[in-house]
Amino acid sequence: MSAPATPGAAASGAAAGGGEPFIRLAGVRKVYRTGGREHLAISDATFDVMPGELVSLVGPSGCGKSTLLKILAGLHPHDGGTVRIGSASHPFDPGRDVGMVFQQPLLLKWRRILENVLLPAEILGLPMAAARERARDLLALVGLAGSEDKYPYELSGGMQQRAAIARALVHDPRLVLMDEPFGALDALTREKMNLELLRIWREAGKTIVFVTHGISEAVFLGTRVVVLTAGPARMADNFAVELPSPRTLDLKTHESFGAYTRRIYRLLGME
Amino acid sequence: MHRLDTPIGRWTAAVLAHVGLVVAWYLFVELGQVPKFVMPSPQATLDALLNPSYEWGRNIAVTATEIFGGYLLALVVGVLLALLFTWSKPLEALFLPLLVTLNMIPKVALGPLIIVWFKYGVFPNTLMAFAIAVFPILLTTARGLREIEPELLDLVRSLRGSRWQLFTKIQLPGALPYIFSGMKVAAILAVAGAIVGEFLGSDKGLGYLMLQVQVTLDTPAMFMAVILITLIGMTLYGLVLLLERLLVVRDARVT
Repeated sequence: MSAPATPGAAASGAAAGGGEPFIRLAGVRKVYRTGGREHLAISDATFDVMPGELVSLVGPSGCGKSTLLKILAGLHPHDGGTVRIGSASHPFDPGRDVGMVFQQPLLLKWRRILENVLLPAEILGLPMAAARERARDLLALVGLAGSEDKYPYELSGGMQQRAAIARALVHDPRLVLMDEPFGALDALTREKMNLELLRIWREAGKTIVFVTHGISEAVFLGTRVVVLTAGPARMADNFAVELPSPRTLDLKTHESFGAYTRRIYRLLGME
Repeated sequence: MHRLDTPIGRWTAAVLAHVGLVVAWYLFVELGQVPKFVMPSPQATLDALLNPSYEWGRNIAVTATEIFGGYLLALVVGVLLALLFTWSKPLEALFLPLLVTLNMIPKVALGPLIIVWFKYGVFPNTLMAFAIAVFPILLTTARGLREIEPELLDLVRSLRGSRWQLFTKIQLPGALPYIFSGMKVAAILAVAGAIVGEFLGSDKGLGYLMLQVQVTLDTPAMFMAVILITLIGMTLYGLVLLLERLLVVRDARVT
């Protein structure tokens, strides 16, 4: 799909330079069957993610973006097409190499923040002394230094979500999957968390796939935006976002920012 | 005067309410010239303790044994059955609906049967306390173990966590607040179960003593027995609250 009226569209596919893509999806299709009826959740999902990219998957409810995330996490099988993550020389271990962040922080109420962050390390059986050290560093990275011994209820929603991000990074995964992580936050906290995520992404150097239904959020965060539409569920567009870096909030008034968001609105039939 | 929303304020209010009840009781009996066999004064009630033929110590021990014994049995059996159900879907599908039905049986109605099966004494009364206390523990525990956010399940699955890890790290600690809410209800019911058991058939215990002194219209002794039963129940309830305070983080408690 192409919509050439937008700046940067011509350069799509080359955001993180050359080399082999980290994720390669080709014609991915997913069908749910309920009571003999088939429901198409995803079709035509074809895009590459370069190592270190932050790709936004944007679309309305029911467009299959969360399903796609679960396929990437290895939680759901796909029904058609190919999904390849990693390379022969550096194979991808879906158990160890995926970190997940959800719309709700899903912290365990009975664990202190540090212990919450350590959960993946415990499940994977990593050496705990080193993991503890890393968890402290990550809490500092997400701006929660000093909250290690607090319980989740003592933190605000935004702070809990920061802890959830630290938890997703504690086992040093190569891929972080985020499913509308800021969808439950108020608008101001959300903008602040967007900036924080960009900073964490730059410092942690992870590949991130970020699912959202926020169009401006998708453009603001993504080095690449993949647009999915519902009814029928299919991938409608895939383009690189070329905005000055590091991104700041005043970019949202930038002319090209508006062009990118208009491009998405048009695809979703809202213009 | 302490503010009521501070811990000290709330404790003061609680003590004041209790003292107030005793004072009201005293005034009612004294000023109303109520006959002792209808309602004894607080002093007369305390004096009942001095009658050695009532064997207070032994009767307290018997009733407390039935209540605590039945309660502990209910806790162990209730939690174990609930665990079994979460580990085996077919077992749950088969037995959980059955247990919901069995829960509808008024356990008190089982009393005469239990006496037929087990004669009377401490054991059948313990069984009564057990029968009435086990269901709330079983049902709340089963519910607590089932209440797991699907996304948390995804998180553990994405890390290829084992069933056992899911159980020990998430399900069981997550169910703890539910277990405690069942335990609190069960504590109250276990007391009722044991006393009803003693009413229906026994030769010792505070409930038995109440029936004995009823015949002689020794109302002060009946009052004393009720107070002692209440104190045993409060001890059990207090222990449960203490344990909850130690094990469950404040925000997670189900009240």
